[in-house]
This record gives sequence, structure tokens and C-alpha cells, in this order.
Amino acid sequence: MKILVGYKRVVDYNVRIQVKPDGSGVITDGVKLSANPFDDIALEEALRLREKGVAEEVIVVGIGPADLTAHLRNGLAMGANRAIHVTTADAVQPLTAARIFLKLIEKEQPDLVILGKQAIDDDANQTGQMLAAIWDRPQATFASKVEIADGKATVTREVDAGLEVIEAELPAVITTDLRLNEPRFIKLPDIMKAKSKPIDVIEFGSLGVEANDHLKTTHYAAPAKRSKGVMVKDAAELVAALKQKGLL
Amino acid sequence: MSKILVIAEHLGGKLNSSTARAVSAAVAVKGEAIDVLVLADNAEAIAAEAAKIEGVSRVLTIARPENARPLAAVLAPQIAKAAAGYSHVFVPSTTFGKDVAPRVAALLGVAQVSDVMSVEAAHAFKRPIYAGNAIITVEADPAHTVVATIRTASWSAAASGSNSAPVEAITVDAALPTHTRFVELQQGKSDRPDLQSASKVVSGGRGVGSKENFDIIYKFADRIGAAVGASRAAVDAGYCPNEMQVGQTGKIIAPELYMAIGISGAIQHLTGIKDAGTIVAINKDAEAPIFEVADLGLVGDLFKIIPELEAALG
Repeated sequence: MKILVGYKRVVDYNVRIQVKPDGSGVITDGVKLSANPFDDIALEEALRLREKGVAEEVIVVGIGPADLTAHLRNGLAMGANRAIHVTTADAVQPLTAARIFLKLIEKEQPDLVILGKQAIDDDANQTGQMLAAIWDRPQATFASKVEIADGKATVTREVDAGLEVIEAELPAVITTDLRLNEPRFIKLPDIMKAKSKPIDVIEFGSLGVEANDHLKTTHYAAPAKRSKGVMVKDAAELVAALKQKGLL
Repeated sequence: MSKILVIAEHLGGKLNSSTARAVSAAVAVKGEAIDVLVLADNAEAIAAEAAKIEGVSRVLTIARPENARPLAAVLAPQIAKAAAGYSHVFVPSTTFGKDVAPRVAALLGVAQVSDVMSVEAAHAFKRPIYAGNAIITVEADPAHTVVATIRTASWSAAASGSNSAPVEAITVDAALPTHTRFVELQQGKSDRPDLQSASKVVSGGRGVGSKENFDIIYKFADRIGAAVGASRAAVDAGYCPNEMQVGQTGKIIAPELYMAIGISGAIQHLTGIKDAGTIVAINKDAEAPIFEVADLGLVGDLFKIIPELEAALG
């Protein structure tokens, strides 16, 4: 079994992003970039399936500019067998990303595609679902437990009401939630080993994907700030303040 | 003119309040019609509830046994067909809507606007990115159907009771897949108010220390009639179940009163509560970032303060 894993590079989750004063974007110069945390979880899950003998090959996929290679090397160091780098200078929207994945699926014929449920930059939470739709295959989003047996995935999903379990025939798309696993750390010898692992570079234009990004972002703004309130000295004062506001 | 189709969310034969919030967003588009679509095995009672929501023009139902559970792969082809003739499809941005809406958008070959906070014009919306650290204005191409999820914390529920919109059963010609099957839903049983719609929420964090200690949070919440939430740290540590998580990747809520107890206030948590009316923080660390956003802060040991609060309530 072959597993494709989406491996996006985003602004590190510890960075508090700032909006440019003229509202034309956010400041990303000199900001630390890391793997999308949900994608690290996706890769970890794929690696565990390989270690269990369920899968033989794990392929990480990145979409982005030429300098994405170093990021993909991290995915290889974590343990992926090889990487595919779809090169494009422009950021792609989720539907275009899904269409790119579908092209790669046609070529690679994976049994499973694991993606993060959302990227922590655009917070869209769309690509996995869109891919499953155009591939006409099952989707199991927000996964906190995955079991693969008898040609199907049994997936526990974190939903608002609790935990939902569904069965999906393979091939299928799974998107990861936070509690699916804890990704491993990359060890130095693995970084050395990763240098010899292959990265296929595919020019976005050569895939024949229609990039019809229908959405235009016209303005960026900082969120409305909550101002710092007052400190109370004890429980009695707190209860009195809340009663005065009519909240208790 | 705009015609908006709102997809109803429901569970156990009851309409979820997220639907009326999505209707509020639809009202803001100022279109000519707002229809609510109910997909269920037995749609009657749910449709009757939806018909009472102010602003709703019609309630459409697709009742089939396959729709008993909200499987995106099953619902999306039906919604995509039903969307013909509509300029907008709105779905609440809950785990239900986040699961199904992108699948609908992809079937229609259009982009999706996630987490709509405000409607600026029929095809212009504001939405958060980077865990709410930036708010963008997004313009959708009017030549295509707009598929959007509605950030429920940004919209109050449209009033219910005065309306009696007509209910019509419709059929759509959509092939439904059998490759995805529902197995079970494990639900926490609770008599407490629903976290997503409660007017008061008491949340506990890592500072609570253990699953057993969390009882003090439950007990206090019950005392003031509040729902109970938790930080990611508390859920990860196993103090409470996942459905209680508040934050960027959990529930985004907007209660009138939010009490964060033993929660330091990571940016991802603050994302989930910044629309709350009044935020109260109780933490032993005076430097905790939660105090930067709290309207009322109290530094101290939660195990000492909570009994004092209960005593002060009288």
C-alpha cells in the first residue's frame, strides 16, 4: 500500500502574525516557517502504518516555490520514502491544491491520502474534502484514530457532539485532528540519510490543472483588540462585579 | 438578485441552533429568498422547527434513509444538485458544515469561503486567518455560486416563532455512494447547557491538574448554570473529552460570560473566545497571557478561589 501525505510549509505556530500597516498582507519577512502541525501528524500516521506493515511506501507532497526543497527534506528525514515537489511561485487555493493532488493520484495510485484537517495559515479546512469529492472517494475528516484492515479504514472522528466512527472503503482521504498521534522528532542521522532520498520536481504548469482561484483577498486587517480589563482582589469582589453586570 | 440556500444542521431529530445563525448571515446578504434545506431520514419535525425561523422563505426537505446520518459523501451530491438556481449556499461552520461544505463546493467546481464573520456585500465577506490574528476581506466571483461556512460565534441566531414558512419535499437526481458508512456516535451525556450556544461557559485548563480535579469546574458551572469547556492542554492531558475543547481547532464560542480557570491563554485558545461578552480569568500566574484579554482578572489558587466564589454567591 502506498500513502500520499500533504506536507505544507506555513508560518510557525508560535509566531504572532502582524498585518502590514497598508492592509496589503501580513508580514512574513524573516518569520520562522515550519511544517503545518496537522501535516506532521498526517506524516506520523503514515509512517506508523508503514511500521505496522500496513503500508510500504510513504510519499510527501509539497506545493510551492523552489526553496520548498529544504522543507520537503524534513519530511524525508522524518521518514518518508520520497517526496514530490510541485513547483509554483504563487500560493494556490484549496480547490487548485485538490486538483493537483488528483493529478498525482492518477499517476501514483495510492490507497490512502492523509492530509492535515487545516493549514494554520489560511485556516480554510477544505483541501481534503475537495479532493475526496473530485476523486469520488470517501473522506474521513478530523481523525483521532485510524485502523486499516480488509480494504477499509475505520476512523474515529472528533465532531462537535463527541466521537463519530465511520467506515471508509479504500482508497480514501483522511484528514488529521490534533489527538491522532504525537509526531516524532527528527534525528541528526536521519537528516543525513534524507539527503539521498529522491524528490520528484514537477512544474505546476505541466500538470494541466486549471487554476481557477475564484476568491480574491482585497484587504487585510488586524482583529479588533480586546482591551485589558481590571484586576479584582478577591472572590467576593469578582462576584459583586459580575452581579453588577447582570451576569450572575 | 441573490437566492440563498441554507443547509440545516440537526442531531437526534432536533434542529441545531447553528442553523438559525447561518440564516442570520443569509439575511445580511439582503437577497430575495432564503430557503433552508433539511436532509434527514425523517425530516418533518426538523423542517417544522426551521420553518419558524424569521427570514426563511421556504423549507425544502429531502427525506431518505441514507440521510439518517450526516455523511458528507452522501449529502454533498444531493446538496450540489439542490443548489441549482441559488447564488449562495451557506452552511454553519461546525464540524458538520466543515465536513460537508467543501465537498459541495468541489462538486460545483467553485471555491469556498470558510468561517464568514461578516457580509460586506453579496459577494464580499470577512473571515479570519492565522488563528484570527488577521481578518481578510474576500471577494467571490459573482459568476459562480458562493459556497460558504458561517462562523457561528459571529452571528446571533435569527429569532424563531413568528414565521411559518411553507415546507416542500423535493427530490434530486443524485447517485449516492455506499463507500462510506456510519458506525456509531459516542456522545457524552450531560444535562448541562450546550457549549456552543450557552450564555455562560466555565472552562478549565491544565492548571486544574487532573480528571478528578475537574469536578470542581463541573460543580461550579452547575452552580451558575453554565456549560463547561476546556483548553486543548486539558483535553490532551485527558482531563475531559474532545468535544469540550475551545479554541482555533476546537469550538469557537461567544457566550455572554466566559470564565477561564487555570487556563494560561495560548493564542489558539483566545481565538475561540474573543467574541465572548465578558471574559473572567482566574490563574495563579499573574503573567499569564489570559489576563491581557480578560475583562476581570483574579490572581490566585483556583482550588481556594472557587469555594470562595461559591460562598460569595450566597
